Amino acid sequence: MNETVISVKNLVKKFGDFVANDNLNFEVYKGEIFGFLGANGAGKTTAIRILSGLSSPTSGEVTVAGVDAFHRPELIKKQIGYMCQKFSLYEDLTVKENIILYGGIYGMKIGVIRQRVGELLEKLKFTEYENRIIADLPLGLRQKLAFSVAVLHNPKIVFLDEPTGGVDPVTRRQFWEMIYETASGGITVFVTTHYMDEAEYCDRISIMNEGRIVALDTPGNLKKNYNVGTVEEVFIRIARPEINKN
Amino acid sequence: MRTILYLIRKEFLQIARNKFISRAIFAVPIVQMLILVPAVTFEIKNINLCIIDKDMSAESRNLIGRLEGSSFFRVRKMTFSEQEGDNMLYRDACTMVLNIPSGFGKELGRSNPGKMMVSVNAINASTAQLSWAYLNGVLADYNKSLLRDKGMMAAVTAVPLINITNRYWYNEKLDYNFYMLPGILVVLVTAIGFLLAGLNMVREKEIGTIEQINVTPVKKYQFMIAKMVPFLIIGLIDLSIGLSLGKIVFNIPFEGNILLLFLGSSIFLVAVLGLALFVSTFSASQQQYMFVAFFFMIVFILMSGIFTPFESMPLWAQRFDLVNPVYYLIRVNRMVMLKGSTISDISTDLISLTVIAFAFTALAVRKYRKTA
Amino acid sequence: MKRFLGFVNKEFLHIFRDFRTLIILFGIPVAQILIFGFAVSTEIKNANIAFLDFSNDEITRRIEDKIISSGFFNRTSDILNYNQIDGLFRKGKVREVIVFEKDFSRKLLSEGKATLDIITDGSEPNTATLVTNYTLAITTAFTQDLAKGSLTGAPQIVPQVRMYYNPNLQSHFMFVPGVITLILILICALMTSVTIAREKEFGTMEVLLVSPLKPVQIILGKVTPYFLLSFINVILILILSWLVFDLPVRGSLVLLLLESMLYILMSLSLGILISTVSKTMQQAIFISLIGLMVPTILLSGFIYPIENMPKIYDFVSAIIPPRYFIIIIKNIMIKGTGFLYVWKQTAVLMVMTALFIGVSIRKFKIRLQ
Repeated sequence: MNETVISVKNLVKKFGDFVANDNLNFEVYKGEIFGFLGANGAGKTTAIRILSGLSSPTSGEVTVAGVDAFHRPELIKKQIGYMCQKFSLYEDLTVKENIILYGGIYGMKIGVIRQRVGELLEKLKFTEYENRIIADLPLGLRQKLAFSVAVLHNPKIVFLDEPTGGVDPVTRRQFWEMIYETASGGITVFVTTHYMDEAEYCDRISIMNEGRIVALDTPGNLKKNYNVGTVEEVFIRIARPEINKN
Repeated sequence: MRTILYLIRKEFLQIARNKFISRAIFAVPIVQMLILVPAVTFEIKNINLCIIDKDMSAESRNLIGRLEGSSFFRVRKMTFSEQEGDNMLYRDACTMVLNIPSGFGKELGRSNPGKMMVSVNAINASTAQLSWAYLNGVLADYNKSLLRDKGMMAAVTAVPLINITNRYWYNEKLDYNFYMLPGILVVLVTAIGFLLAGLNMVREKEIGTIEQINVTPVKKYQFMIAKMVPFLIIGLIDLSIGLSLGKIVFNIPFEGNILLLFLGSSIFLVAVLGLALFVSTFSASQQQYMFVAFFFMIVFILMSGIFTPFESMPLWAQRFDLVNPVYYLIRVNRMVMLKGSTISDISTDLISLTVIAFAFTALAVRKYRKTA
Repeated sequence: MKRFLGFVNKEFLHIFRDFRTLIILFGIPVAQILIFGFAVSTEIKNANIAFLDFSNDEITRRIEDKIISSGFFNRTSDILNYNQIDGLFRKGKVREVIVFEKDFSRKLLSEGKATLDIITDGSEPNTATLVTNYTLAITTAFTQDLAKGSLTGAPQIVPQVRMYYNPNLQSHFMFVPGVITLILILICALMTSVTIAREKEFGTMEVLLVSPLKPVQIILGKVTPYFLLSFINVILILILSWLVFDLPVRGSLVLLLLESMLYILMSLSLGILISTVSKTMQQAIFISLIGLMVPTILLSGFIYPIENMPKIYDFVSAIIPPRYFIIIIKNIMIKGTGFLYVWKQTAVLMVMTALFIGVSIRKFKIRLQ
């Protein structure tokens, strides 16, 4: 369980003069749920995009699933899944069509795809939505579907960028159950979020502030070290010392 | 390979779901073609004449009679006043004013040249020139008859006369429909393909679905090809429908091999779509793309030789056309459809088109980045 | 009123921030006027022709020289027999072949008649007619020259021609006004239809509609910045035309500018109308560009004179606004007429504008219900 699937050393990403990621160092282990926390604009999305091969680092060593992300981003993509902030499924295609499309893209055989479609729809209790256009689905369903599509091809790692934005708490809770299930199946989950309460669900978390990692540990350890009850309070201590409530 | 098929399937599904586009793609070219083709002609009819006859002699009336009888001209007004003639020209009530001075008939009677002044509205230079040429035609006939009447035919045969005949091959009656239909069809199919393919790509960028593709193992060229194929097929279907209608409704001739036509059109569409995708990689929004596409379309179309002669363009413009796919397709279309040119006749054009198609597509694939 | 101005201000900023689009907005008309002023024309230059000379004697060669030295034609290699003509035409190598019969000079001088055949590739009729006519003019002049001595004392009508308004027969007198007309309506319709359709598609239209702004104000607010931009564009184009092409504004500049403003207003309101029937940006773009472009080029009288079209097109082109503006602009710029000569067309444009705006407002109001 301690096999490293993501290794980041001295990662720097600059946009012109602006340093979005300032010397990041961390490792992620197989099967864990790794939370990447931080306020909006802290640099989380930038980092996750580099890890998933969507963007190139300015400097540093980044290895994802054994592949050098700096020089061979394309090789990463076979082994990862990705769910972006806008839950990008094709709005004018149906549930089934989206699943078939991504299954085919990842090289799954048509027979396997059809089978997985059936399984997935049943598990999510979507069967009646099979031929519904995405645009007609409520947000919560879209979210779950986007996640399922991201892990459809059994990737080693799945990256989730702010996956619970705009969704009601009950759906959020259900979503995290899906994440647990996935992680227990051996898929590493790398999730960014600005919802501090979701940190509690992760195995380890890192907190980013202004491009730097200012904390990296299990939620439990962090709370103990800062002597507070929630990760949110840890965050406030670290990131906004001026609003330190005593 | 299978990836491409899946992507193509997705594109077709999206197009089909888009009610407006899926109908407009076929309806618009057909409707426009049917309405516009009969309108397009440089043929001169009904040149409005104003005649100032200060002579009122038998000769002048004879001339006027001939003009009235000619199908090219329509005598709108007879007057004595030069000012009125000028006025009519000014008001666009007539395009040509003939001023027959007094003494015209007498001079002719004396076997002297009869002078006459013609004023033409030359804003549309080519129409003006053609009208002038037609007028000269009527006058030449009249001149011959004048000689005959005067019994001067002997003089005529003693005078060396070059007999000039002219014929128009492939289009005896100079029927403009033949000529414009392929052109208009090409313009419309080009515009639609170029616009939609590019907009489609930019839209994916705008709404973010392109990220989802970029993060998959899909290769750049696969994505590009999948974006092009549906519009290629739609373009060819449009062309087929258009040509069939052309045959049925306008009875345009089809001298050459129709497969050649489709070959040329296919390569052409690849070129246009490749360029569209290349341009779309530079555009951040659909609005930006729309203007750039508009610019390219107008330039390529107006400079292609569809509406105006290629030879009349200055050298730099002709050189530009070396990379203008529309230019090549118009040539190929006209040569094959109207003259029955064979593949060896159009081979240079086809090769150029292929090079362009390849270049544009390669540029598009190269410029597109999956990793920013 | 303050709210309205604030809204207009926001729209302005929006546009100016999009630098690329701004460059394109000004760049396109400028570039296209330049291109079409210089590149496109309907005069004949460099037309490829070939001679099929069965005689190859002094007179035929003199005729050939005369034709080539006119500067309109390009001589390609002579051909030797009739069968080659078809091949040349099929390959698109020449536009015209001139055939001199055998023993041309001898026949001409002893029998008084020899035949010269002009065979033109008719697959492009307008080029064909022009090429043929140019050739005819040259050969006829040659004939007349030959016969000059013998024809004194022969009654012949000798016409002299004056080409009014455009004595040098330059085709950009017609093209530049045409291109102005075409580009203005396309850009304006595109701009407004897309900017409104975009709000619809991204859902921000609702925000506007529930604001205290009245529908009329929303429309006007969206239109005002583009109105200004287009007007600046017109001035830019007129200056360019004058500098580069010597295209005059022989009539009243003020009248021309006023008419241009009207035309711009009409085009913008057409764009608004298009946006009311479009659900997405893609639809708006499609209708504005594909729907308008080709009919405008072909039916407005820009290249093909309306008088030459079958009668029915008088009616069809009557609903095409550019048709009227082309007449206005040509009259004011090139003929120098005053308002009296263009009032009819002006009135039509006004009515159209009012109609477009009226229908748009109605549709807007319906949407509110």
